Amino acid sequence: MPVFFEKKQLVTPGELLAEGEYLAGENTYLEGNKVYAQRIGLADAENKKVNVVALRAFYVPKPGDIVIGTVTEVGFNGWTVDIKSPYTALLRASDVLNRPFKPQNDELSQVLNAGDLIVAKIASYDRAHDPQLTVSEPGLGKITRGQIMHVTPTKIPRVIGKKGSMISQIKQATGCQIILGVNGVVLVTGKTTEDEELAIMAIEKIEAESHTTGLTDRITQLLKEEKAKLEEKKNE
Amino acid sequence: MSEKPEKLIDKKGIRSDGRKADELRPLKLEVGVLPNADGSAYIEHGKNKILVGVFGPREMHPKHLSQSDRMVIRCRYHMAPFSVQERKSPAPSRREVELSKVVREALEPSVFVDLYPRSGIDVYIEVLQADGGTRCASITAASLAIADAGLPLRDLVVGCAAGKIDDTVVLDLYDAEDKLGAADVPVALMPNLNAVTLLQMDGILTPTEFETALNMAVEGCKKIYVIQKEALRAKYMTAKEELKEEVEE
Repeated sequence: MPVFFEKKQLVTPGELLAEGEYLAGENTYLEGNKVYAQRIGLADAENKKVNVVALRAFYVPKPGDIVIGTVTEVGFNGWTVDIKSPYTALLRASDVLNRPFKPQNDELSQVLNAGDLIVAKIASYDRAHDPQLTVSEPGLGKITRGQIMHVTPTKIPRVIGKKGSMISQIKQATGCQIILGVNGVVLVTGKTTEDEELAIMAIEKIEAESHTTGLTDRITQLLKEEKAKLEEKKNE
Repeated sequence: MSEKPEKLIDKKGIRSDGRKADELRPLKLEVGVLPNADGSAYIEHGKNKILVGVFGPREMHPKHLSQSDRMVIRCRYHMAPFSVQERKSPAPSRREVELSKVVREALEPSVFVDLYPRSGIDVYIEVLQADGGTRCASITAASLAIADAGLPLRDLVVGCAAGKIDDTVVLDLYDAEDKLGAADVPVALMPNLNAVTLLQMDGILTPTEFETALNMAVEGCKKIYVIQKEALRAKYMTAKEELKEEVEE
């Protein structure tokens, strides 16, 4: 039962990864008793399961995910929201208003208008239906301030780090609130624009070097240096 | 434009452009050339220059074209007015409509279309300069662009043609050979699965000649596949190199 790759080797779609009693994990598929790669990425095996960490992919909705989306259209009883996925999401008016929705009393575009950004949770999604969003939880709803940045969705786990080590470090150093949408959209809200830009810079560095080890230490370094620079500027 | 040679292949077996019978034209591939597209690729195959942009997967527009059980692949093969000697009308010609379909059908088996139902991708193939064998070059580049868009694939698809000129079976015909030659056999292949996704024949060949041409094209595909994989890797190579350094440290 041979394996045809080294740990963390860059593989292309269609590359034979393993033969024999192996299971096809993420971004791989099984044909007979052979496991092939589906996407370009880094191959890895845990026990009998072969995985590929994709370097390029798009977001597929999953119930329970926190996402950040843009309202694209105001409908009769809700909004359509672009969540950077193959499917557009729906947000129902009654969910936002927290009471039954009456078209004669409520003007939907005054609650949320096209172009507004929202933090929402995927309430339901399956193959046959477009994803439904909900904002009826603390921390969800319309975004009023902060900056938005985009990250490849597959790299969100790396930005979070082991048990959230990476993200909490950035939050602490910059004093910013950071909301990571699983769909690759990130909201950074800080006291000053400089703080926000520092946090964005750190996240961009994580995205560019996501596959390397010892990244957490380098991010600590970066944050320290940049903060010192900011202090200097203030003192001048 | 190259002048029409009197003989397509001389006694020594050298062709009018200096190649041997089983020699490919020089090939150059690049991935991720269009930042606005979700995936893109550029191919230079001999004098062919082709640009491919892939958009999606996204919601199908118009909506009635979407399929409830599978993703739809839409493909547009288009030749620029300046891609050939005589100005080509930019309106889609009969040939372009046919090639769009042929290329789409060559790519479709490689994509896991049933994973993302109700969505669609658009593959735009723009031929900037044509010199024979554009359908094969288009398939090679389009498959790379689809992989670059992050879509799950069974394997990359490679296209390559073989044909017959002056009673000799040769690999990878260019424009003059295609027009003056006796036959042309374009083939598209998924090399790792050893599956043919496109097989056409234009002209007349005996069964044995056909077999040699097919085998020759398959060998050509496999050669191109190596370059194709390398091109896809090159975009993410920085990733790999940095990783190596880390391991050595």
